Amino acid sequence: MLEIKNLHASLEEEGKEILKGLTLTVEAGKVHAIMGPNGSGKSTLSYVLAGRGGYEVTDGSATLLGQDILGMEPEERAAAGVFLAFQYPVEIPGVGNMTFLRTAVNAQRKARGEEEMDAATFLKVVREKAKELNIDAEMLKRPVNMGFSGGEKKRNEILQMAMLEPRVCILDETDSGLDVDAMKLVADGVNAMRSPDRGFLVITHYQRLLDHIVPDVVHIMVDGRIIKTGGPELALEVEKNGYADLIGEAA
Amino acid sequence: MALPQAKLTATEVRLAALCLPSAPGWTRLAREAALARVRAMGMPGRRDEYWRFTDPADFVSAEPVPATHHARQKIPVFDGMDRVKLVFVDGVFDATASDDPALAGVEITRLAEAQGQDIHWAADLYGTLEARGQEPVDRPLAALNTAFATDGFLIRATGRAEKPVNLIYRHESDTSDAILHHVIKIEPGADLTVLENGPSAARFNKVMEVEIADGGAFHHVRVQGRDHDRRAATHIFARLGRESAFKSFTMTANGALTRNECVIELTGDDGVAHVAGACVGDGADFHHDDTVFVTHDAERCESRQVFKKVLKNGATGVFQGKILVQPGAQKTDGYQISQSLLLDGDSQFLAKPELEIYADDVACSHGSTSGAIDETALFYLRSRGVPRAEAVDMMVLSFIAEAVEEIESEEIREEIVERLAQWLARHRG
Repeated sequence: MLEIKNLHASLEEEGKEILKGLTLTVEAGKVHAIMGPNGSGKSTLSYVLAGRGGYEVTDGSATLLGQDILGMEPEERAAAGVFLAFQYPVEIPGVGNMTFLRTAVNAQRKARGEEEMDAATFLKVVREKAKELNIDAEMLKRPVNMGFSGGEKKRNEILQMAMLEPRVCILDETDSGLDVDAMKLVADGVNAMRSPDRGFLVITHYQRLLDHIVPDVVHIMVDGRIIKTGGPELALEVEKNGYADLIGEAA
Repeated sequence: MALPQAKLTATEVRLAALCLPSAPGWTRLAREAALARVRAMGMPGRRDEYWRFTDPADFVSAEPVPATHHARQKIPVFDGMDRVKLVFVDGVFDATASDDPALAGVEITRLAEAQGQDIHWAADLYGTLEARGQEPVDRPLAALNTAFATDGFLIRATGRAEKPVNLIYRHESDTSDAILHHVIKIEPGADLTVLENGPSAARFNKVMEVEIADGGAFHHVRVQGRDHDRRAATHIFARLGRESAFKSFTMTANGALTRNECVIELTGDDGVAHVAGACVGDGADFHHDDTVFVTHDAERCESRQVFKKVLKNGATGVFQGKILVQPGAQKTDGYQISQSLLLDGDSQFLAKPELEIYADDVACSHGSTSGAIDETALFYLRSRGVPRAEAVDMMVLSFIAEAVEEIESEEIREEIVERLAQWLARHRG
């Protein structure tokens, strides 16, 4: 479903290459995890896929359901089905969480030529999904992410994901800054969205998130490339021995 | 001290184009005193300390620069609200377009009709707060207004007004030059909201004097917009008594030249004064200036100045704001923020924040920033599917929010946000 082939990307300003020929395929219905040491380019990969400015793709391709996404604007990628859960969700004062969410849902529908969701239906759906994530009405009313705790911000990301129903979900260090209970709540939200027509790319530094969101495939990313791919057991190996052995093995 | 020749000439040219009303009644003395102030101060010039960022030439010329009346039909702001409408067309009162000025707890009288009547409270106030506001900074356009105002309203609230008074300023003539002067008195414990909207005139000079007695509350929401060529110099002079409240918010869109001055004196303990403004300007023909002076002369008063400016395509924004804390005004809580969001490299924001404090137990803070759209936040919105143009509008509304939140009425706040959103949608790119 999401096919990344020989992807090379550099920081626009410094010209420094971060992704150095990354190849990866996420099949529909599967959860892929990417683990790697700091600075290996994991977050860059998520930004390049979602379309953040400041990066230049110098080679390779990324397609979603056969469609080239690298030439698209971020909003077009979103409408095509890409969703990035941010490591640091942004606070936006003065814009209501609900207003934002409804604007986003309907903008995507419009872009896809679908009918917009009316206010009553939207309210009903958002309330249901918010309840599952333990997000109360007060949080929905507040400005986007304003005054939210770390856990609330991450749950809000999952709520957006649940409302937007993307085809591929990229989770960037979703466990960072969360205690075990908060992580479990987020993981439950993610697991509830697993479905045969949706793929996941879970980026994480630690194995602990993968106890809760059990991956089908684990990739080890080092210096802008995937150096090893395996099953969930690979994550346990990293947890036990660190990245050093794997890096040595690949070299 | 004698005025420089250039100033003297400019003043004579301006005065020659005006005449005092033939039957000024009880306003005569105030008008003559104001005229003497004008002659002593002279018209403002580019070299004056508080006119360095804004050229006053179009305010002091004998004739106004013509301003095309923008005929686009749309529903005026505040139209859906239950309020008492008082309508001026090019500065001339239009009784047929206005509501009957009968409102429980509020006395409303036209200045032009009141001059022959004996209205003590207004006689004590007319020109008085304006005169006080001339220290330590000259405001000659306000003195000119007191001397030559053709009309205005005298509004006295003695109780809690059940609905707002809405002063509407329509603009029809391309060459209108209007001078209006309102005097408002809020008696102890009374509460009044005044709304103002409309492009007014080709050139508009307006003064509003507001005296708020102990425990009184005055709310003011103003929308200045529509006509691109219009020029306006407005002054609010407010004096607050003990435990009283003054809250003013102004939204400005369009206008070749706008100078809004607000001079507030906190004279009773525990008073609260908030003055806020948001302006959106598109094009090099937009110049907007907020000049604010808040004096704390009592204990435990709170003042807030919150000004936000969104500028693009060569627009200019100016903020000059001062907090003066007099000796003995202990436990003063003063806050001032002025920020601009520059949507391109051509626009500019000029700010002069000032604090002057003569008491030792006070908390005053001020800040001024100028910046572009936060690219990270913009990416966040777009990554959820919001198209770039809409995402920029959302960021602009987010930027302005702190100022808009100063409006207490949720109904009015929502209407202002809606109007801003519509303006932004019309001015994309």
